[in-house]
Amino acid sequence: MKHQRSRGLAAVLASLVLVGFVALVISHKASAAGEGKITGTVKLDGTAPHMRGIDMSKDPFCDKAHANNPAHSENVVVGSGGGLGNVVLYISEGLSGAAASMKPTQVPIFDQKNCMYTPHVLAMDVGQEFKVQTSDQTAHNIHPEPNPLTGNIPWNQSQPPGAPPVTKSWKTPEMIHVKCNIHPWMSGWFAVVKGPYATTDENGSYTIQNVPPGSYTVTAWQETYGTQTQKVTVAAGAAATADFTFKAK
Amino acid sequence: MYKNLLKWSLLLSVVVALCLSAASYAQLTTNQQQEWLTSPAASSHVGNITGAAKAAALPYRRYCVGCHGPLGDGNGENAQWINPKPRDFQLGIFKCRSTPTGTLPTDQDLYDSIGRGLDRSNMPSWNALTKQERADLVAWIKHFSPRWQNEKAGTPIQIPAEPEVTADRVKAGQEVFRKMECWKCHGVQGMANGPSAATLSDDLGRPISPFNFTDGSRPLCGNTDTDIYKIFMTGLDGTPMPSFADNIKPEEAWDLVFYLRSLQPHNAFNAKEKQIANQLGLKPVNPNAPAQ
Repeated sequence: MKHQRSRGLAAVLASLVLVGFVALVISHKASAAGEGKITGTVKLDGTAPHMRGIDMSKDPFCDKAHANNPAHSENVVVGSGGGLGNVVLYISEGLSGAAASMKPTQVPIFDQKNCMYTPHVLAMDVGQEFKVQTSDQTAHNIHPEPNPLTGNIPWNQSQPPGAPPVTKSWKTPEMIHVKCNIHPWMSGWFAVVKGPYATTDENGSYTIQNVPPGSYTVTAWQETYGTQTQKVTVAAGAAATADFTFKAK
Repeated sequence: MYKNLLKWSLLLSVVVALCLSAASYAQLTTNQQQEWLTSPAASSHVGNITGAAKAAALPYRRYCVGCHGPLGDGNGENAQWINPKPRDFQLGIFKCRSTPTGTLPTDQDLYDSIGRGLDRSNMPSWNALTKQERADLVAWIKHFSPRWQNEKAGTPIQIPAEPEVTADRVKAGQEVFRKMECWKCHGVQGMANGPSAATLSDDLGRPISPFNFTDGSRPLCGNTDTDIYKIFMTGLDGTPMPSFADNIKPEEAWDLVFYLRSLQPHNAFNAKEKQIANQLGLKPVNPNAPAQ
Protein backbone atom coordinates (compact mmCIF):
# COMPACT_ATOMS: atom_id res chain seq x y z
CA MET A 1 0.00 0.00 0.00
CA LYS A 2 2.68 2.42 1.05
CA HIS A 3 4.94 1.50 -1.86
CA GLN A 4 2.17 1.84 -4.37
CA ARG A 5 1.40 5.31 -3.18
CA SER A 6 4.96 6.53 -3.35
CA ARG A 7 5.35 4.99 -6.79
CA GLY A 8 2.23 6.80 -7.93
CA LEU A 9 3.54 10.07 -6.60
CA ALA A 10 6.84 9.53 -8.35
CA ALA A 11 5.02 8.89 -11.62
CA VAL A 12 2.99 12.10 -11.24
CA LEU A 13 6.16 14.07 -10.54
CA ALA A 14 7.98 12.55 -13.48
CA SER A 15 5.13 13.33 -15.87
CA LEU A 16 4.99 16.90 -14.55
CA VAL A 17 8.69 17.32 -15.25
CA LEU A 18 8.20 15.86 -18.75
CA VAL A 19 5.28 18.19 -19.51
CA GLY A 20 7.30 21.15 -18.28
CA PHE A 21 10.24 20.17 -20.47
CA VAL A 22 8.10 19.74 -23.57
CA ALA A 23 6.46 23.12 -22.91
CA LEU A 24 9.91 24.68 -22.59
CA VAL A 25 11.09 23.21 -25.89
CA ILE A 26 7.93 24.33 -27.70
CA SER A 27 8.10 27.87 -26.36
CA HIS A 28 11.76 27.99 -27.28
CA LYS A 29 11.05 27.02 -30.87
CA ALA A 30 8.17 29.49 -31.12
CA SER A 31 10.34 32.37 -30.00
CA ALA A 32 13.26 31.37 -32.21
CA ALA A 33 11.05 31.78 -35.27
CA GLY A 34 10.12 35.42 -34.69
CA GLU A 35 13.07 36.89 -32.85
CA GLY A 36 13.51 40.63 -33.14
CA LYS A 37 16.27 42.98 -32.11
CA ILE A 38 16.88 46.17 -30.21
CA THR A 39 19.00 48.79 -31.87
CA GLY A 40 19.98 52.39 -31.20
CA THR A 41 22.68 54.94 -30.50
CA VAL A 42 24.24 56.09 -27.25
CA LYS A 43 25.44 59.69 -27.15
CA LEU A 44 27.28 61.97 -24.80
CA ASP A 45 25.65 65.34 -24.15
CA GLY A 46 28.27 68.00 -23.47
CA THR A 47 32.02 68.29 -23.82
CA ALA A 48 33.88 65.01 -23.61
CA PRO A 49 36.22 64.99 -20.59
CA HIS A 50 39.94 65.14 -21.26
CA MET A 51 41.48 61.67 -21.42
CA ARG A 52 44.93 61.91 -19.91
CA GLY A 53 47.87 60.56 -21.82
CA ILE A 54 49.62 57.47 -20.44
CA ASP A 55 53.32 57.50 -19.61
CA MET A 56 54.61 54.01 -20.42
CA SER A 57 58.29 54.87 -20.12
CA LYS A 58 58.81 52.35 -17.30
CA ASP A 59 58.38 49.50 -19.78
CA PRO A 60 60.44 49.94 -22.98
CA PHE A 61 58.25 47.47 -24.91
CA CYS A 62 55.04 49.38 -24.14
CA ASP A 63 56.71 52.73 -24.74
CA LYS A 64 57.99 51.68 -28.14
CA ALA A 65 54.61 50.25 -29.16
CA HIS A 66 53.06 53.69 -28.68
CA ALA A 67 55.96 55.77 -30.02
CA ASN A 68 53.89 57.17 -32.93
CA ASN A 69 50.49 56.72 -31.39
CA PRO A 70 50.40 57.95 -27.78
CA ALA A 71 48.03 56.00 -25.54
CA HIS A 72 45.22 57.68 -23.63
CA SER A 73 42.99 56.60 -20.80
CA GLU A 74 39.75 55.03 -22.12
CA ASN A 75 37.24 55.84 -19.36
CA VAL A 76 35.12 57.84 -21.82
CA VAL A 77 35.48 57.14 -25.54
CA VAL A 78 33.58 59.60 -27.73
CA GLY A 79 33.39 59.18 -31.51
CA SER A 80 32.07 61.30 -34.35
CA GLY A 81 28.82 63.13 -33.59
CA GLY A 82 29.11 62.58 -29.86
CA GLY A 83 28.59 58.79 -30.04
CA LEU A 84 29.71 57.05 -26.86
CA GLY A 85 31.76 53.86 -27.28
CA ASN A 86 32.20 50.92 -24.88
CA VAL A 87 28.66 51.17 -23.49
CA VAL A 88 27.14 47.80 -22.62
CA LEU A 89 23.42 47.31 -23.35
CA TYR A 90 21.44 44.46 -21.93
CA ILE A 91 17.92 43.46 -20.98
CA SER A 92 17.50 43.96 -17.26
CA GLU A 93 13.79 43.10 -16.99
CA GLY A 94 11.20 41.13 -18.93
CA LEU A 95 13.21 38.20 -20.27
CA SER A 96 11.55 34.81 -19.89
CA GLY A 97 13.55 32.25 -17.98
CA ALA A 98 14.22 30.28 -21.17
CA ALA A 99 15.45 33.35 -23.09
CA ALA A 100 17.63 34.46 -20.19
CA SER A 101 19.27 31.08 -19.83
CA MET A 102 20.23 30.85 -23.53
CA LYS A 103 23.97 31.33 -23.80
CA PRO A 104 25.94 32.40 -26.85
CA THR A 105 28.32 29.67 -27.95
CA GLN A 106 31.05 31.93 -29.30
CA VAL A 107 34.05 32.55 -27.05
CA PRO A 108 34.94 36.27 -27.00
CA ILE A 109 38.60 37.27 -26.67
CA PHE A 110 40.12 39.80 -24.29
CA ASP A 111 43.52 40.68 -25.68
CA GLN A 112 46.48 42.32 -23.96
CA LYS A 113 47.86 44.27 -26.87
CA ASN A 114 50.46 47.05 -26.80
CA CYS A 115 49.96 47.21 -23.02
CA MET A 116 46.26 48.07 -23.32
CA TYR A 117 43.14 45.90 -23.19
CA THR A 118 41.38 45.15 -26.50
CA PRO A 119 38.44 45.50 -26.21
CA HIS A 120 38.46 47.89 -23.28
CA VAL A 121 35.07 46.49 -22.19
CA LEU A 122 34.22 42.86 -22.88
CA ALA A 123 30.54 42.02 -22.45
CA MET A 124 29.50 38.43 -21.87
CA ASP A 125 26.69 36.25 -20.60
CA VAL A 126 26.69 34.57 -17.21
CA GLY A 127 28.45 31.23 -17.65
CA GLN A 128 29.71 32.12 -21.15
CA GLU A 129 33.34 31.16 -21.65
CA PHE A 130 35.80 33.86 -22.67
CA LYS A 131 39.51 33.84 -23.43
CA VAL A 132 42.24 36.10 -22.13
CA GLN A 133 45.27 36.21 -24.42
CA THR A 134 48.43 38.24 -24.76
CA SER A 135 49.92 39.61 -27.99
CA ASP A 136 52.73 41.39 -26.18
CA GLN A 137 56.44 40.66 -25.77
CA THR A 138 56.30 41.86 -22.18
CA ALA A 139 54.89 40.14 -19.09
CA HIS A 140 51.40 41.01 -17.83
CA ASN A 141 49.29 39.67 -15.04
CA ILE A 142 45.55 39.45 -15.53
CA HIS A 143 43.79 40.34 -12.31
CA PRO A 144 39.97 40.73 -12.28
CA GLU A 145 38.52 42.21 -9.11
CA PRO A 146 34.92 41.05 -8.58
CA ASN A 147 33.29 41.24 -5.18
CA PRO A 148 33.85 37.70 -3.83
CA LEU A 149 30.59 37.86 -1.89
CA THR A 150 28.56 37.94 -5.13
CA GLY A 151 29.75 34.47 -6.10
CA ASN A 152 32.34 35.70 -8.65
CA ILE A 153 35.74 34.88 -7.19
CA PRO A 154 38.81 37.03 -7.95
CA TRP A 155 41.91 35.36 -9.41
CA ASN A 156 45.30 36.54 -10.60
CA GLN A 157 47.33 34.82 -13.32
CA SER A 158 50.62 35.61 -15.00
CA GLN A 159 50.75 36.24 -18.75
CA PRO A 160 54.43 36.32 -19.78
CA PRO A 161 55.28 36.60 -23.51
CA GLY A 162 53.96 33.53 -25.33
CA ALA A 163 51.69 32.48 -22.46
CA PRO A 164 48.79 30.21 -23.44
CA PRO A 165 45.34 31.87 -23.33
CA VAL A 166 43.32 31.56 -20.13
CA THR A 167 39.71 30.37 -20.54
CA LYS A 168 37.27 31.42 -17.82
CA SER A 169 33.64 32.28 -17.11
CA TRP A 170 31.69 34.13 -14.40
CA LYS A 171 28.85 32.90 -12.21
CA THR A 172 26.70 35.98 -11.61
CA PRO A 173 25.97 39.31 -13.34
CA GLU A 174 28.50 41.94 -12.27
CA MET A 175 30.58 44.73 -13.80
CA ILE A 176 34.06 43.43 -12.99
CA HIS A 177 37.11 45.70 -13.14
CA VAL A 178 40.28 44.11 -14.56
CA LYS A 179 43.79 45.32 -13.97
CA CYS A 180 47.44 44.46 -14.51
CA ASN A 181 49.58 45.11 -11.46
CA ILE A 182 52.75 45.31 -13.53
CA HIS A 183 51.34 48.11 -15.73
CA PRO A 184 49.16 50.19 -13.42
CA TRP A 185 47.58 52.16 -16.31
CA MET A 186 45.97 49.00 -17.72
CA SER A 187 42.30 49.08 -16.83
CA GLY A 188 39.43 47.16 -18.42
CA TRP A 189 36.05 45.62 -17.67
CA PHE A 190 34.27 42.31 -17.88
CA ALA A 191 30.59 43.25 -18.17
CA VAL A 192 28.78 40.08 -17.09
CA VAL A 193 25.03 40.17 -17.82
CA LYS A 194 22.16 37.73 -18.14
CA GLY A 195 20.65 37.24 -21.59
CA PRO A 196 21.29 39.00 -24.93
CA TYR A 197 23.65 41.99 -24.88
CA ALA A 198 25.57 44.38 -27.12
CA THR A 199 28.42 46.86 -26.80
CA THR A 200 28.44 50.19 -28.65
CA ASP A 201 31.06 50.78 -31.34
CA GLU A 202 33.14 53.97 -31.42
CA ASN A 203 30.19 55.87 -32.96
CA GLY A 204 27.86 54.82 -30.17
CA SER A 205 25.64 52.49 -32.19
CA TYR A 206 24.61 49.04 -31.10
CA THR A 207 22.26 46.16 -31.93
CA ILE A 208 21.11 43.50 -29.47
CA GLN A 209 20.31 40.45 -31.63
CA ASN A 210 18.04 37.48 -30.90
CA VAL A 211 15.48 39.20 -28.69
CA PRO A 212 12.19 37.27 -28.46
CA PRO A 213 9.03 39.42 -28.92
CA GLY A 214 7.98 41.08 -25.67
CA SER A 215 8.20 44.13 -23.45
CA TYR A 216 11.54 44.80 -21.80
CA THR A 217 13.62 47.20 -19.79
CA VAL A 218 16.93 47.88 -21.52
CA THR A 219 19.85 49.06 -19.40
CA ALA A 220 22.84 50.98 -20.75
CA TRP A 221 25.98 50.85 -18.60
CA GLN A 222 29.01 53.08 -18.98
CA GLU A 223 31.96 52.74 -16.59
CA THR A 224 32.16 56.47 -15.75
CA TYR A 225 28.54 57.59 -16.05
CA GLY A 226 26.75 54.57 -14.57
CA THR A 227 23.44 53.18 -15.84
CA GLN A 228 20.29 54.37 -17.60
CA THR A 229 17.17 52.37 -18.39
CA GLN A 230 14.43 52.52 -20.99
CA LYS A 231 11.31 50.46 -21.75
CA VAL A 232 10.98 48.96 -25.22
CA THR A 233 8.55 46.58 -26.93
CA VAL A 234 9.94 44.19 -29.50
CA ALA A 235 7.55 42.82 -32.14
CA ALA A 236 8.15 39.46 -33.83
CA GLY A 237 10.92 39.74 -36.41
CA ALA A 238 11.15 43.52 -36.02
CA ALA A 239 13.71 45.97 -34.68
CA ALA A 240 12.85 48.18 -31.70
CA THR A 241 14.80 51.39 -31.14
CA ALA A 242 16.24 52.62 -27.84
CA ASP A 243 18.56 55.65 -27.93
CA PHE A 244 20.35 56.82 -24.80
CA THR A 245 22.06 60.08 -23.86
CA PHE A 246 24.51 60.41 -20.98
CA LYS A 247 25.28 63.88 -19.61
CA ALA A 248 28.95 64.81 -19.43
CA LYS A 249 29.86 65.60 -15.83
CA MET B 1 0.34 7.05 4.34
CA TYR B 2 1.04 10.05 6.54
CA LYS B 3 4.59 8.88 6.85
CA ASN B 4 4.98 9.21 3.09
CA LEU B 5 3.44 12.64 3.05
CA LEU B 6 5.80 13.63 5.80
CA LYS B 7 8.75 12.31 3.82
CA TRP B 8 7.82 14.27 0.70
CA SER B 9 7.13 17.47 2.55
CA LEU B 10 10.44 17.10 4.33
CA LEU B 11 12.23 16.61 1.02
CA LEU B 12 10.40 19.60 -0.43
CA SER B 13 11.32 21.82 2.49
CA VAL B 14 14.95 20.81 2.17
CA VAL B 15 14.91 21.72 -1.54
CA VAL B 16 13.23 25.05 -0.79
CA ALA B 17 15.72 25.74 1.98
CA LEU B 18 18.61 25.01 -0.40
CA CYS B 19 17.21 27.38 -3.02
CA LEU B 20 16.70 30.06 -0.40
CA SER B 21 20.22 29.70 0.91
CA ALA B 22 21.59 29.97 -2.64
CA ALA B 23 19.56 33.13 -3.20
CA SER B 24 20.85 34.80 -0.06
CA TYR B 25 24.50 34.15 -0.92
CA ALA B 26 25.48 37.77 -0.56
CA GLN B 27 24.49 38.41 3.02
CA LEU B 28 24.59 36.33 6.12
CA THR B 29 22.18 37.30 8.83
CA THR B 30 23.13 36.74 12.44
CA ASN B 31 20.53 34.00 12.52
CA GLN B 32 22.06 32.24 9.54
CA GLN B 33 25.48 32.51 11.14
CA GLN B 34 24.17 31.02 14.34
CA GLU B 35 22.43 28.28 12.41
CA TRP B 36 25.56 27.45 10.47
CA LEU B 37 27.66 27.43 13.64
CA THR B 38 25.56 24.59 15.03
CA SER B 39 25.73 22.60 11.79
CA PRO B 40 28.31 19.85 11.24
CA ALA B 41 29.88 21.98 8.48
CA ALA B 42 31.17 24.41 11.10
CA SER B 43 34.22 22.31 11.75
CA SER B 44 37.76 21.90 10.49
CA HIS B 45 39.86 18.83 9.77
CA VAL B 46 43.59 19.07 10.29
CA GLY B 47 45.37 15.73 10.28
CA ASN B 48 43.44 13.67 12.77
CA ILE B 49 42.18 16.68 14.73
CA THR B 50 38.64 17.92 14.27
CA GLY B 51 38.13 21.55 15.19
CA ALA B 52 34.75 22.89 16.31
CA ALA B 53 33.87 26.50 15.55
CA LYS B 54 31.83 26.99 18.70
CA ALA B 55 34.75 26.03 20.89
CA ALA B 56 36.78 28.93 19.45
CA ALA B 57 34.29 31.72 20.23
CA LEU B 58 36.09 32.65 23.46
CA PRO B 59 39.68 32.10 22.27
CA TYR B 60 38.89 34.28 19.23
CA ARG B 61 37.66 37.06 21.52
CA ARG B 62 40.76 36.71 23.62
CA TYR B 63 43.50 36.44 20.99
CA CYS B 64 42.22 37.60 17.60
CA VAL B 65 39.41 40.13 17.99
CA GLY B 66 41.72 43.09 18.67
CA CYS B 67 42.92 43.10 15.07
CA HIS B 68 40.45 40.99 13.09
CA GLY B 69 37.39 42.48 14.81
CA PRO B 70 34.23 40.91 16.22
CA LEU B 71 32.77 40.52 12.72
CA GLY B 72 35.99 39.10 11.27
CA ASP B 73 36.17 41.97 8.78
CA GLY B 74 39.68 43.01 9.78
CA ASN B 75 38.41 46.16 11.51
CA GLY B 76 39.40 45.41 15.08
CA GLU B 77 40.31 48.33 17.33
CA ASN B 78 44.04 47.93 16.60
CA ALA B 79 43.61 47.72 12.84
CA GLN B 80 44.00 51.44 12.25
CA TRP B 81 47.51 51.40 13.71
CA ILE B 82 49.00 48.50 11.83
CA ASN B 83 50.24 47.78 8.35
CA PRO B 84 49.80 45.41 6.53
CA LYS B 85 46.14 45.46 7.61
CA PRO B 86 44.57 42.42 9.30
CA ARG B 87 42.86 39.91 6.99
CA ASP B 88 39.15 40.43 6.24
CA PHE B 89 37.77 36.93 6.87
CA GLN B 90 34.40 37.84 5.33
CA LEU B 91 35.92 37.93 1.83
CA GLY B 92 37.44 34.49 2.21
CA ILE B 93 40.58 35.54 0.30
CA PHE B 94 43.91 34.25 1.65
CA LYS B 95 47.51 34.65 0.56
CA CYS B 96 49.06 31.42 1.83
CA ARG B 97 47.41 28.49 0.09
CA SER B 98 48.30 25.13 -1.35
CA THR B 99 45.34 25.54 -3.74
CA PRO B 100 45.07 27.29 -7.15
CA THR B 101 44.43 31.02 -7.46
CA GLY B 102 40.75 31.92 -7.00
CA THR B 103 39.99 28.98 -4.69
CA LEU B 104 39.52 28.64 -0.95
CA PRO B 105 42.50 27.41 1.09
CA THR B 106 42.41 24.05 2.84
CA ASP B 107 41.91 23.79 6.61
CA GLN B 108 45.55 22.76 6.84
CA ASP B 109 46.62 25.98 5.03
CA LEU B 110 44.76 28.15 7.55
CA TYR B 111 46.04 26.08 10.46
CA ASP B 112 49.61 26.51 9.22
CA SER B 113 49.19 30.29 8.89
CA ILE B 114 47.92 30.55 12.47
CA GLY B 115 50.81 28.50 13.84
CA ARG B 116 53.49 30.13 11.72
CA GLY B 117 52.30 33.73 11.78
CA LEU B 118 53.01 36.06 8.87
CA ASP B 119 56.51 37.47 8.78
CA ARG B 120 56.84 41.25 8.27
CA SER B 121 53.29 41.78 9.56
CA ASN B 122 51.67 42.10 12.97
CA MET B 123 50.42 38.52 12.84
CA PRO B 124 52.55 36.58 15.31
CA SER B 125 53.02 32.83 15.55
CA TRP B 126 50.24 31.24 17.64
CA ASN B 127 52.15 28.01 18.22
CA ALA B 128 51.68 28.57 21.94
CA LEU B 129 48.03 27.58 21.54
CA THR B 130 47.30 23.87 21.57
CA LYS B 131 46.75 22.06 18.27
CA GLN B 132 43.12 21.61 19.21
CA GLU B 133 42.68 25.34 19.88
CA ARG B 134 44.25 26.23 16.54
CA ALA B 135 42.00 23.75 14.70
CA ASP B 136 38.97 25.23 16.48
CA LEU B 137 40.04 28.71 15.39
CA VAL B 138 40.25 27.53 11.76
CA ALA B 139 36.60 26.44 11.95
CA TRP B 140 35.66 29.76 13.56
CA ILE B 141 37.47 31.81 10.87
CA LYS B 142 35.50 29.95 8.20
CA HIS B 143 32.16 30.94 9.71
CA PHE B 144 32.74 34.61 8.87
CA SER B 145 32.54 34.13 5.08
CA PRO B 146 29.51 32.82 3.19
CA ARG B 147 31.97 31.33 0.72
CA TRP B 148 32.54 28.29 2.92
CA GLN B 149 28.85 27.51 2.85
CA ASN B 150 28.72 27.59 -0.94
CA GLU B 151 32.16 26.43 -2.07
CA LYS B 152 34.59 23.67 -1.26
CA ALA B 153 38.28 24.28 -0.63
CA GLY B 154 40.42 24.05 -3.77
CA THR B 155 42.39 20.90 -4.60
CA PRO B 156 46.01 21.31 -3.50
CA ILE B 157 48.44 21.60 -6.42
CA GLN B 158 50.61 18.59 -7.28
CA ILE B 159 54.25 19.12 -6.30
CA PRO B 160 56.84 16.65 -7.65
CA ALA B 161 59.56 15.43 -5.29
CA GLU B 162 62.33 17.98 -4.81
CA PRO B 163 65.36 17.20 -7.03
CA GLU B 164 69.03 17.64 -6.14
CA VAL B 165 70.39 21.17 -6.42
CA THR B 166 72.78 21.34 -9.37
CA ALA B 167 74.56 24.15 -11.20
CA ASP B 168 72.39 23.49 -14.27
CA ARG B 169 69.24 23.85 -12.22
CA VAL B 170 70.32 27.12 -10.61
CA LYS B 171 71.17 28.49 -14.07
CA ALA B 172 67.87 27.24 -15.49
CA GLY B 173 66.10 28.86 -12.57
CA GLN B 174 67.66 32.19 -13.42
CA GLU B 175 66.38 31.81 -16.98
CA VAL B 176 62.85 31.25 -15.61
CA PHE B 177 63.26 34.39 -13.45
CA ARG B 178 64.21 36.35 -16.58
CA LYS B 179 61.58 34.86 -18.89
CA MET B 180 58.68 35.19 -16.46
CA GLU B 181 59.89 38.73 -15.80
CA CYS B 182 59.83 38.30 -12.02
CA TRP B 183 62.30 41.20 -12.02
CA LYS B 184 59.58 43.63 -13.14
CA CYS B 185 58.53 43.81 -9.48
CA HIS B 186 61.23 41.97 -7.51
CA GLY B 187 64.17 43.63 -9.30
CA VAL B 188 67.03 42.00 -11.21
CA GLN B 189 68.83 41.21 -7.95
CA GLY B 190 65.67 40.39 -5.99
CA MET B 191 65.90 43.66 -4.08
CA ALA B 192 62.21 44.56 -4.54
CA ASN B 193 63.15 47.50 -6.76
CA GLY B 194 61.87 46.49 -10.22
CA PRO B 195 60.31 49.09 -12.52
CA SER B 196 56.76 48.21 -11.35
CA ALA B 197 57.57 47.92 -7.63
CA ALA B 198 56.65 51.46 -6.66
CA THR B 199 53.09 51.42 -8.06
CA LEU B 200 51.84 48.10 -6.65
CA SER B 201 48.63 48.00 -4.62
CA ASP B 202 46.61 45.17 -3.12
CA ASP B 203 43.01 44.27 -4.02
CA LEU B 204 41.69 46.85 -1.57
CA GLY B 205 43.80 49.59 -3.17
CA ARG B 206 46.42 49.79 -0.41
CA PRO B 207 50.09 50.20 -1.36
CA ILE B 208 52.09 46.99 -1.07
CA SER B 209 55.73 46.18 -1.78
CA PRO B 210 57.15 43.08 -3.43
CA PHE B 211 59.20 40.57 -1.45
CA ASN B 212 62.86 41.53 -1.00
CA PHE B 213 64.95 38.37 -1.29
CA THR B 214 68.14 40.07 -0.14
CA ASP B 215 67.31 41.69 3.21
CA GLY B 216 67.05 38.52 5.27
CA SER B 217 63.22 38.51 5.39
CA ARG B 218 61.66 35.10 5.72
CA PRO B 219 59.33 34.11 2.87
CA LEU B 220 55.74 34.99 3.75
CA CYS B 221 54.19 31.53 3.72
CA GLY B 222 56.90 29.44 5.36
CA ASN B 223 60.60 28.85 5.02
CA THR B 224 60.89 25.47 3.30
CA ASP B 225 61.64 25.05 -0.41
CA THR B 226 58.11 23.65 -0.87
CA ASP B 227 56.60 26.77 0.72
CA ILE B 228 58.45 28.96 -1.80
CA TYR B 229 57.36 26.68 -4.65
CA LYS B 230 53.72 27.09 -3.62
CA ILE B 231 53.88 30.90 -3.58
CA PHE B 232 54.50 31.38 -7.29
CA MET B 233 52.50 28.34 -8.41
CA THR B 234 49.34 29.39 -6.52
CA GLY B 235 49.79 33.16 -6.29
CA LEU B 236 49.21 35.27 -3.21
CA ASP B 237 45.50 36.02 -3.67
CA GLY B 238 44.48 39.55 -2.77
CA THR B 239 47.94 40.88 -3.75
CA PRO B 240 49.65 41.70 -7.08
CA MET B 241 51.51 38.34 -6.99
CA PRO B 242 49.88 36.17 -9.70
CA SER B 243 49.87 32.42 -10.14
CA PHE B 244 52.39 31.10 -12.68
CA ALA B 245 50.86 27.62 -12.76
CA ASP B 246 50.01 27.91 -16.48
CA ASN B 247 53.43 29.15 -17.47
CA ILE B 248 56.05 27.40 -15.32
CA LYS B 249 56.38 23.61 -15.58
CA PRO B 250 56.75 21.70 -12.30
CA GLU B 251 60.44 20.81 -12.94
CA GLU B 252 61.22 24.40 -13.89
CA ALA B 253 59.48 25.52 -10.72
CA TRP B 254 62.10 23.73 -8.61
CA ASP B 255 64.85 25.39 -10.67
CA LEU B 256 63.32 28.77 -9.86
CA VAL B 257 63.16 27.89 -6.14
CA PHE B 258 66.91 27.12 -6.21
CA TYR B 259 67.70 30.38 -7.99
CA LEU B 260 65.59 32.39 -5.52
CA ARG B 261 67.48 30.70 -2.67
CA SER B 262 70.74 31.93 -4.20
CA LEU B 263 69.46 35.53 -4.02
CA GLN B 264 68.92 35.28 -0.26
CA PRO B 265 71.73 36.09 2.16
CA HIS B 266 73.37 33.02 3.74
CA ASN B 267 70.85 31.15 5.89
CA ALA B 268 70.17 27.67 7.15
CA PHE B 269 68.56 26.61 3.86
CA ASN B 270 70.72 27.85 0.99
CA ALA B 271 74.35 26.83 1.54
CA LYS B 272 74.50 24.79 -1.66
CA GLU B 273 72.65 27.32 -3.83
CA LYS B 274 74.92 30.16 -2.64
CA GLN B 275 78.02 28.09 -3.30
CA ILE B 276 76.90 27.20 -6.82
CA ALA B 277 75.96 30.80 -7.65
CA ASN B 278 79.39 31.93 -6.45
CA GLN B 279 81.21 29.28 -8.48
CA LEU B 280 79.17 30.16 -11.57
CA GLY B 281 79.78 33.85 -10.95
CA LEU B 282 76.06 34.45 -11.69
CA LYS B 283 75.35 38.02 -12.75
CA PRO B 284 71.88 39.59 -12.31
CA VAL B 285 69.55 38.96 -15.25
CA ASN B 286 69.63 41.44 -18.08
CA PRO B 287 66.09 42.71 -18.72
CA ASN B 288 67.12 44.17 -22.08
CA ALA B 289 68.38 40.86 -23.45
CA PRO B 290 66.39 39.88 -26.56
CA ALA B 291 63.71 37.24 -25.96
CA GLN B 292 64.90 33.74 -26.80
